[in-house]
Amino acid sequence: MSKKILFIEDEPVLQKTFGDALGSDGYEIVAAVDGEVGLRLAQSEKPDLILLDLILPRLPGLEVLKKLKENEATSHIPVIILTNLEDVKNIETALELGATTYLVKANYSLGEIVDKVKKALG
Amino acid sequence: MLLDSLNIAKQCKKYGLSLWQCPQFLFLILGFVVITSSITLYFIGVGYAEDPEIVVLIVLGVSTLLMIIGFSITKSFERLAEVVRLKAEFISIVSHQLRAPLANLRWIIDLLISGKVEQVPEKQTNYLQILRENGQRMEELVSDLLTVSRIESNEFLFKKEKASLAELVQKTIARLDPLARASNVEVRLSAENNLPETLFDPFQIGQAIENLLDNAIRYTKGRGLVEVTLNKKNNGLYFEVVDNGIGIFPDDQKYIGQKFFRGGNAFRHQAQGSGLGLYIAKAIVEKSGGKLSFKSKEGEGSTFWFTIPIKH
Repeated sequence: MSKKILFIEDEPVLQKTFGDALGSDGYEIVAAVDGEVGLRLAQSEKPDLILLDLILPRLPGLEVLKKLKENEATSHIPVIILTNLEDVKNIETALELGATTYLVKANYSLGEIVDKVKKALG
Repeated sequence: MLLDSLNIAKQCKKYGLSLWQCPQFLFLILGFVVITSSITLYFIGVGYAEDPEIVVLIVLGVSTLLMIIGFSITKSFERLAEVVRLKAEFISIVSHQLRAPLANLRWIIDLLISGKVEQVPEKQTNYLQILRENGQRMEELVSDLLTVSRIESNEFLFKKEKASLAELVQKTIARLDPLARASNVEVRLSAENNLPETLFDPFQIGQAIENLLDNAIRYTKGRGLVEVTLNKKNNGLYFEVVDNGIGIFPDDQKYIGQKFFRGGNAFRHQAQGSGLGLYIAKAIVEKSGGKLSFKSKEGEGSTFWFTIPIKH
């Protein structure tokens, strides 16, 4: 069975690029364009991995992360933070809240990000 | 130079201010009013010694005038400060806003090149690679601008850790190898053995080393040699890059390291370049407690060096 990745990101361009890149490698991508939808899908779809943007409409990324980790049904799912911010404070908070790792978008090529995702999925 | 600074009208024009908003001009007026009023008041005081009320009234009048001029000077300084703030904010906003779309473009190009969407004919792959390189250039400029705005607003974060400078230099040379090969330049490293580890921010210092090396390679004409030396000097580590490149015009040397400045020789040799690399390198080294300097001879080459203190 193919692994399922929940991608919570409000930018459609990224949704499409990532979807195509990871999709062609055999992953199933579930897309959420805001924090609330993301949280709901995390519970109903039971993904193997969550990619989470920090800046999101309706519910900010850090809140989503906190709620995911508080809920027993979702707390075991690894979360990779994707962000444009190099804001050290936010990243530290995210790691403290239980994020597996973080990726600053501008610093990685698509290939490197896909590799990190694969590694996190084991 | 001195005459230029005395030419107030010209200075005010440079800042885009009218005479009555220009601090230099207002200070001149202020000085003039203070001197003439003091002298006049002295004579009035002597002449009207029996009628102190008049003297007091005149003093009050002159003080009010001085206060008004002082107030407009403060106002115009506020305006200048505001302009500086707006400029910094502008750079920061623009670079942040440009970053996301640039990253998107890069990823889409990555995806296309990878052939995951559809097998791409080789001819098109070449064009895609050109697109990727150009995007990368924009990203580098944007990230340099962000670094500059961080340096200026003192938000420059250093994550210091104990690390080996020699290793960092080796890694940076390896990373620039493709550029060196393409420019037909040989990079040779001679590092003293067993250099001590020290406390610094490897990412930032790596950036400084990269900027210096990149310049040395870029501004060496044809077959060239870039010699990198690393050793211990006094209580610090000493890093030096010597190239046999185009050098810097003597008249340009005093401006080297200033933001956005590019030497005439550099510009002639290579139209590309933001004039930020050395400014950033210098700021990083200085904030790490070190010093960065250079010597250069036009047509013969340049030597750039920096030191960082050994701390544990």
